[in-house]
Amino acid sequence: MSDPSGAPAPAALAPVPPASVPPVHSSQAPGAVIATDVPSAASPPTDVPGAASLPTDVPSAASLPTDGPSTAARPDVPTDDPLLVVEGLSVTFDARSARPVQAVRDVSFTLRRGECLAIVGESGSGKSVTARTLVGLTGARATVSARRLGFAGRDLIRLREASWRRVRGRHIGLVLQDALVSLDPLRTAGAEIAEALRTHRVVDRAGVHSRVLSLLTDVGVPEPAQRAAQYPHQLSGGLRQRALIASALAAGPELLVADEPTTALDVTVQAQVLDLLRGLTAAGRSVLLISHDLAVVAGLADQVAVMYGGLVVEQGPTAAVLADPRHPYTQALLAAVPAMHAKGTRLSITPVDRPPATAGCPYAARCPRSDERCRAELPPAAGDEPAHRTLCWHPGPPAAVTAPVTAPVAAAVVPVAGTGRPGRGADAGPLVEVTAINQRFRSPDGSWRHAVRDVSFELFAGETLGVVGESGSGKTTVARIVLGMQAPDSGTVRFAGAPWSGLRERERRALRPRIQAVYQDPLGSFDPRFTTEKIIGEALGAAGVRRGQQRRDRVVDLLERVGLAPGLRRRRPPELSGGQRQRVAIARALATEPELLVCDEPVSALDVSVQAQILDLLAGLQHDLGVAMLFISHDLGVIHHISDRLVVMKDGLVVETGPVGQVFAQPAQEYTRTLLAAVPRPDLT
Amino acid sequence: MTATPVSSTPRPDGSAGPARARVLRGVAAAVGRRVAAAAAVMLGAATTAFIALHLLPGDPVAIILGPSTMASPEVRAQIRLDLGLDQPLIMQYLRYLGRLLQGDLGDSYQLQQPVSALIGDQLRPTVELALAAIVVAVVLAVASAVATAGRRPGLRALANLWELVAVSTPSFWLGILLLTAFSFRVELFPVAGADGFSALVLPALTLGLPVAGILGQVLREGLETALEQPFATTARARGLSQTAVRLRHALRHAAVPLVTLSGWLTGTLLGGAVLVEKVFARPGIGALTLQAVSSRDMPVVMGVVLLSALVFVVISTAVDLLYLAIDPRLRAEGGGRGAQPDQNHEEPAPEMNKAGMKGAQA
Repeated sequence: MSDPSGAPAPAALAPVPPASVPPVHSSQAPGAVIATDVPSAASPPTDVPGAASLPTDVPSAASLPTDGPSTAARPDVPTDDPLLVVEGLSVTFDARSARPVQAVRDVSFTLRRGECLAIVGESGSGKSVTARTLVGLTGARATVSARRLGFAGRDLIRLREASWRRVRGRHIGLVLQDALVSLDPLRTAGAEIAEALRTHRVVDRAGVHSRVLSLLTDVGVPEPAQRAAQYPHQLSGGLRQRALIASALAAGPELLVADEPTTALDVTVQAQVLDLLRGLTAAGRSVLLISHDLAVVAGLADQVAVMYGGLVVEQGPTAAVLADPRHPYTQALLAAVPAMHAKGTRLSITPVDRPPATAGCPYAARCPRSDERCRAELPPAAGDEPAHRTLCWHPGPPAAVTAPVTAPVAAAVVPVAGTGRPGRGADAGPLVEVTAINQRFRSPDGSWRHAVRDVSFELFAGETLGVVGESGSGKTTVARIVLGMQAPDSGTVRFAGAPWSGLRERERRALRPRIQAVYQDPLGSFDPRFTTEKIIGEALGAAGVRRGQQRRDRVVDLLERVGLAPGLRRRRPPELSGGQRQRVAIARALATEPELLVCDEPVSALDVSVQAQILDLLAGLQHDLGVAMLFISHDLGVIHHISDRLVVMKDGLVVETGPVGQVFAQPAQEYTRTLLAAVPRPDLT
Repeated sequence: MTATPVSSTPRPDGSAGPARARVLRGVAAAVGRRVAAAAAVMLGAATTAFIALHLLPGDPVAIILGPSTMASPEVRAQIRLDLGLDQPLIMQYLRYLGRLLQGDLGDSYQLQQPVSALIGDQLRPTVELALAAIVVAVVLAVASAVATAGRRPGLRALANLWELVAVSTPSFWLGILLLTAFSFRVELFPVAGADGFSALVLPALTLGLPVAGILGQVLREGLETALEQPFATTARARGLSQTAVRLRHALRHAAVPLVTLSGWLTGTLLGGAVLVEKVFARPGIGALTLQAVSSRDMPVVMGVVLLSALVFVVISTAVDLLYLAIDPRLRAEGGGRGAQPDQNHEEPAPEMNKAGMKGAQA
């Protein structure tokens, strides 16, 4: 599809009826399996156990590396033949049950050697299931069917488990999200990498250790001998993600499938991991990158496929899709990224809470352009250029409603972020005054670690103060001290002109309703057995609203305030989506009518589209209620979007502070410039 | 060049030496703490036994002399003097502790032999039985769980069934059934006694099968939890077979609850051995305890109490050390899962944030 010569596109997006292929079950008849396990009659069946010492059961073995991933030494492979061809891939869970779930529907794409294809979509879009299909790990409940699942000339759809094992790791590697749990926490990083080498017998026994070290060096891990002997929890986030990538690369796969490889990482680390992946494609490897964030993939992917409701709704060269998004969902995803130009505008366009439609276009339920035909009939893939296809009845440039940049009207009508009104309480002095607080903790090895050093700032009523920094910079400790959950070693916190940090807990408890918190992980801050009504009701009880109808009315008010249907009050946290949970957490925080909300990474675990909604919600609440916010995030885009003023922290120190516009336009400190440079921006490509 | 911002403690730079030395120091400190705790538990058990002895109604001299004695008051006084029963309680206590330290548990009232010798004679068959039973249990449980965890529902149901039956069958009944089948019908094993390996097979099975049922259930659940973790997917994506993932990765994760439970069960097997020893007419601590309790032979009872306290202390210490061997995250100094300082709370809980949202949409 990316063929620059404009040759006829492969059948990737051609609307061929997908009914002709029988679904493949794991319980396939053995006879059929044996017959189809060999790619073609012409290629010799090297599948026989013991026939070859090297796992060369791919016909074009000559072009496949047999000696590991010294990427620099890899010769240029011919690119006329795509490495991966997926046609009409469908995955259904519980196909024979009463309620089958079609996770992936008729997905097609191709991936050439040395290229990167990004699949982008929100949770539940089917992107991760697609990734798992490529390593044959969709699980026993899944039924996979495809017209073609071609990899290096062989058809993966017909593989048996034993043959899959020789493909996994050796020809297709998989990298998952967080290395803290994606590497076995009970084994050293080196053991995990060595396992891939031993499983595929890439090097002989004596050479395993030195190969592990060279692999770690290849992925940019300093002091590889020492790191190999460490356990995942002893490595920093970036190092263990590199170790995870090294373990996936160990047996020299031609294709690396990376499922959200940077989602748990700080921006600077994320930039380094993306650079590492870019280096892999430059060296001739193919990368299939899965992400919920278009901005992350923009600088890396050659091709982008946007998935929604199991379908690829838009697909094409990255530059074309980013510059000229045709599908309303792609446009919504792009608008949801809190980019520099979007400050002062709403990020979200349509409510995310509605589930994908089952009939017709799955996006119709959320789409501003949807009409009767959208709801009734699934559109075919179309596009004036063969390479850039869109699955939409009404493709085209964003309508006025979705043009945040050129729509000052929208900004004037709807409350938007970053326009807090510090004027309100300015006469009365700051709402929160933090003066020279210090906090140190005992490290496991007995030494003292300074989490917060001499931090001072003021927060005025009704404004948003952003605190940005990477993991370990002390932001969360500052939040805990402001919340009064932790007494600083030295320094003071004053709230509303009165002492706060030195109070005894009994005195402070009466004031606590005035400061409320929203955390990153609402599920962890809810009692899983409580209903939503009880969760919010408990906070109302603390605020003096007792039982009965009055409390119920107030709960419904609060749910509506945060954009949730009153019917959700009977649900329990595990039955809510991530965005809904965070809304409930906000409703709970608002129950006591606080003057200050302390938000600690409130959107970091959310998809960009949901993140956009929550940011808009917080901005609207601030506008309506005049509540001040201390907003903590590692994401500069988010901080820029929501904050009036900004505190940049590093190693417990305040590095830079000032109005957001000023800090971003003219960062005074080197560290701030580094952070800003690491932010992935879709509009830069 | 550190690739990432220092996220927590300054890492040990340079060679691996300091890190290893620190780990060793941590292990030494942990061992020291546990030995001290063990000593405290033993002192507690000894003290409790002593107090219980003196709170019990009845005169020890009368028990020693038996019900039908005609001994004169002078003889009684002499015995009292010999045993030191005329001294203040605190002196008796200190003397008792002093003798304990030398390994002297006193003499049996009934058998007129040192308690330590009595227990020593009976200890070997019981320990043999308990160890054999726990080995049987762990082997059966591991085999059953590894073979069935996360596999076809029918297979799981079958394993569940046998485990349930094993757990709910009383051990004396199981023993009688095994005897009937393998000693009377098929004369494979001896009916009674404690001579040699063949005499151990049926008692060990009788004692071990119910334990295997419990351990199997716990282990399968642990395995299934571990197999759902991302690292299991990563390992399979590396090309490992299902069985290899179970044995090399998941089993170690599931071993923590297994070790906890096996430790506790091994301790209780001493008590459980009473019935089995009766059924198979084996000598052992169980038979000795039964006799001592029914005849109020308090020195022997106290000896058995101290023995079982010692067994529990040794086992729980071994279990704690096994934890450290299994899970490197527990080796962090300070005992807790201190490897994650609270600042790392900023990093999202990874399984949560994906799995949770997926679950909500399903």
